[in-house]
Amino acid sequence: MTVTSIKRPVRPDDAAEAAPVALGFKGVDVVLADKLILAGVDLDVRQGEFMCLIGASGCGKTTLLRLAAGLLPPTKGEVRYLGNPISEPRRDVAVVFQDYGDALLPWRTAAGNVSLVYETMGMPASERKSRIEGVLAKVGLLDHAEKFPAQLSGGMQQRLQIARCLAQEPAVWLMDEPFGALDAMTRHALQDEIMRIVAESGTTVFFVTHDLEEAIYLGDRVVAMKPHPGRVAQTFDVKLARPRDRRLTPEQPEFLRLRRELYDFIEADH
Amino acid sequence: MTRVRLPFDWRGFAVPVCLLIAAELAIVLSGYNGASVARPSDIAGGAVEALLDGSMLKATRETLISAGAGLLIGGGIGLVMGVLLGLFPVMYWLFEVPLEAIRPIPSVALIPIVLLIFGLGHWMEISLVAKTSLWPMFFLTHAAVRGVKPRLLEVAKLLRMGLVERVRKIVLPAAAPGIFVGFRLSMGAAMIVAVTVEIAANPLGLGYAMMEAQERLRPDLAFAYLFWVGLVGWGINAGILALQRRLFRVPAQGAAGP
Repeated sequence: MTVTSIKRPVRPDDAAEAAPVALGFKGVDVVLADKLILAGVDLDVRQGEFMCLIGASGCGKTTLLRLAAGLLPPTKGEVRYLGNPISEPRRDVAVVFQDYGDALLPWRTAAGNVSLVYETMGMPASERKSRIEGVLAKVGLLDHAEKFPAQLSGGMQQRLQIARCLAQEPAVWLMDEPFGALDAMTRHALQDEIMRIVAESGTTVFFVTHDLEEAIYLGDRVVAMKPHPGRVAQTFDVKLARPRDRRLTPEQPEFLRLRRELYDFIEADH
Repeated sequence: MTRVRLPFDWRGFAVPVCLLIAAELAIVLSGYNGASVARPSDIAGGAVEALLDGSMLKATRETLISAGAGLLIGGGIGLVMGVLLGLFPVMYWLFEVPLEAIRPIPSVALIPIVLLIFGLGHWMEISLVAKTSLWPMFFLTHAAVRGVKPRLLEVAKLLRMGLVERVRKIVLPAAAPGIFVGFRLSMGAAMIVAVTVEIAANPLGLGYAMMEAQERLRPDLAFAYLFWVGLVGWGINAGILALQRRLFRVPAQGAAGP
């Protein structure tokens, strides 16, 4: 997959501040099985922002994502989407899970997995076919439309999950360590692809990862969490130009400086 | 020389055929002349006779109607209950005690009750088959539904599927292999109970035909029916297995590039 030109403009900082809040967490506590998982989380994700969430495992990153997805209610505090409290999942908020193998329907072909979204929308069958093809083409799976997930490689299965989310035409992507189970080459290809897709549609991204370099490479902002209980500890703005480049971006002083800062931050826990 | 390709594996028949020949030889050589066992060749004769006069096919139809209808009703109830109790733990709490109380009652022990309700005939047999075939279907469906990957149910939730769509497009396909095992077990139980009820009480079908042959002192016919019951059961099971392989064919593994 080649990296096509990324049209996303580099936003001046003041413009970013002015964008309305897409996802807002305010004083959020989560208690699960008598254990305090999240404590007093305040976090705003602005519209069009690519926000990366990092932190050691067990610090509540996934819990925060599940709150945003409407899969889990907060014990205390508020989670809002465009100002309205989130009480249940919404179709314009798409979730990409790390375990693509479990998230895909193994008895449906690639096309069938995408079709599921259109079926639940009640779209007539005649209209579905061209939509499915369009979405599969966007992730480079058009030639594999009739294959079952088990016949696809890990990277292709994750692409398929992304295609299924694309079918939802989401305004917000929630991605839970989506590339954590993939090999480095495939991971790099998919990172560039997701940036291209996001740039084309101008969506908001809430991206959970434990890979610091991935967070810097992808994000407009990196939010770092600390565990026991999970809380937002620090925010790092990523002032790297877009489109980002696989070879050049990681060599920029700003990238290296951020990487150093993030490593220091993570090391401080140990 | 080209090999003749049989639609089944002939090797499975080697042992039964040898046993039949041994039985024939044993009876002929021992000079046995009683009325309790019959020579395999006499049994074959009895089978041909019963097949030609239509009595065997009539009895088979009667048994299959009872077993099939009972399986449909019992299996259907088991399937619906398995899905509902699997999806909603509250339902399980509500129904666990009555279900566990009914289950251990042997079907045969219910014969007097269903005779009072339905009298002799298809319905008493169907009700007993239904009662028996409900359980395997229910337990395996319940387990299969409980075993559906939570991630898939989350995907259904995220796409805002309603209950019917969720069951039809996610739960049933995901649980289908387990449900199918339940169906096969229910089917086996249905045949056994149908023939048992016919032997014990109901003047219908293959079981009754065997009782009748015994009363007429026709061991050849009784054995012919016995083998026929085995053959019918084997045929049904083979058909179901073929269907299962067709339905749940695992797509060939073999991934192409990333």
